[in-house]
Amino acid sequence: MNYLTVDFGSTFTKLTFIDSIREEVISTSAAFTTIDTNVMDGFGKALQNLENKIGQFKYDRLLCCSSAAGGLKMVALGLVPELTAKAAKMAASSAGAKVIKTYSFEISKREQDEIYQINPDLVLLCGGTDGGNKEVIIANAIRLSQIERNFSIIVAGNKSASYQIEEIFSKSGKDFVITDNVMPYFNNLVIEPAKSSIKDLFIRKIVEAKGLSTIQNMTDFKIIPTPLAVMYGCELLSKGTSKNPGIGDLMAIDIGGATTDVYSMSKGNPSVSNVMIKGIPEPYSKRSVEGDLGMRYSLSSVCEQVDIEMLSIKYGIDIKIIKDWIELCINNPDTISQNGSIQERVEAIIAREAISIAVQRHAGVMESIFTPMGEIYTLTGKDLTQVESVIGIGGAIKNSSDPTFILEGAKFDLSNITSTKPKNPCYMIDEKYIFASMGLLSTVDKDLAFKILKKEIKQIN
Amino acid sequence: MEKKTIVTGVIGADVHAVGNKILAFALDQAGFNVVNLGVMVSQEEFIAAAIETNADAILVSSLYGHGEIDCNGLREKCNEAGLKDIPLLAGGNIVVGKQEFSEVEKRFIAMGFTKVYPPGTQIETTIADLNEILGIK
Repeated sequence: MNYLTVDFGSTFTKLTFIDSIREEVISTSAAFTTIDTNVMDGFGKALQNLENKIGQFKYDRLLCCSSAAGGLKMVALGLVPELTAKAAKMAASSAGAKVIKTYSFEISKREQDEIYQINPDLVLLCGGTDGGNKEVIIANAIRLSQIERNFSIIVAGNKSASYQIEEIFSKSGKDFVITDNVMPYFNNLVIEPAKSSIKDLFIRKIVEAKGLSTIQNMTDFKIIPTPLAVMYGCELLSKGTSKNPGIGDLMAIDIGGATTDVYSMSKGNPSVSNVMIKGIPEPYSKRSVEGDLGMRYSLSSVCEQVDIEMLSIKYGIDIKIIKDWIELCINNPDTISQNGSIQERVEAIIAREAISIAVQRHAGVMESIFTPMGEIYTLTGKDLTQVESVIGIGGAIKNSSDPTFILEGAKFDLSNITSTKPKNPCYMIDEKYIFASMGLLSTVDKDLAFKILKKEIKQIN
Repeated sequence: MEKKTIVTGVIGADVHAVGNKILAFALDQAGFNVVNLGVMVSQEEFIAAAIETNADAILVSSLYGHGEIDCNGLREKCNEAGLKDIPLLAGGNIVVGKQEFSEVEKRFIAMGFTKVYPPGTQIETTIADLNEILGIK
């Protein structure tokens, strides 16, 4: 059987052609995504490119994912910042949505206007444990119902407020769905129902809004968000299948032009004894997206967060060269560095710094506290120090002549010992950009997808 | 009648875990909805949990003698967070040394606590007080 997977990205439409008998990727191709006219044009062009490479071909099954037009924009609302607001953000990110902003408590007029400005595709409304606070979620439902935008709302908060919320949204004619609470009781995180509702709405919205209906009609399989497909791929490689054991705990990093995605597949249990766990528990498959860390569109905010002068001294590169390159890239996002040039080195250094920040935000915090009973550790978030593999996805890593150097940004750092980053990982790279494709394939044939992943994801150090 | 929600935990850098578990069990048996935050709980965590679960009372334990410092300011923060009249109860070995309990009690009441208990208080006493404060028959 032959499979064709398609990833409608914001820049490129990427095709992967897979032969299930030979158990390998036959070829890949790409063409510019044509979201403004008709996405089918870009798809047709990519098909043509593939045919030019391997000649005439036939596929039996077509599997698609999409992050076209930047994916679906989402905002999340919760009650207490470190509880249901954090849970809401985690659920939305893990479902593959692009969370623009998270709000907590009753939102203000200014925040209400801000949501209008953001014009999200989806809104996740949480707040209160079951039987807990319902005033705030109801107040926020009213505020949301007043915003004159065409977004869909997923309600995953206090079940005791669902009657009133249903009334509010029905009356205002908002598209909404009520699902199980992300935090049914205190500190207990149940994000699967919300995740699955987001996925269903995504399919509906993306097909409607981003003009993917023609392609959806060509296949029996639902189009899913690309980050979710990547997450499926990561989960598969980590856990394996019933027949093939996985590679264990891993972290994957996708650094792009505008955002940096970090995925961790690990329970994140503490690696040392005498540890108190703080804060809400985090899921085995966790994704975080950093909208302010990217190599082009978000380069200026990366530079605000790193010390350019220090980097210049540390790596012995003239500060003027670094600053000139950064300016050039900010003004011309399609700039590409020459292989072997000093600019390529600058590019790698910035990517490494961006990854370092992104992984630090994703990982947990282990702090020591001196008590009358002696020294005690507290862990907030996941302990990822024992994670064995760090996998690089995305052009900035793949096209670099020194991908290990860039990925080392993910490593535990003595200058910040409270961050639970991987201490001694091996580095791997997704050369053909097949994670999303294999994630899609895993929904049909897990063993095949796993075998190809193991073959294609290569260790580099 | 709907169960009343009690947020409980051991405040500060205190790691005495056993009594906390017994307290939580006893409160649960007495018909309360118990949100047990465990040990080493900060004032902020008590408040966050109470907001999210719409708690009816906060029951603070302290066993290591630093309770007075740890509890100071909790009432003010509760007020700030909108938990205006939430009953605050404290008990355990809340102060260091052999101090007259009536003096300690005075200081805790002045700090805004509703009830304070000396060492050796039976949980039945606290449950009876909670029932009275929350109007449970």
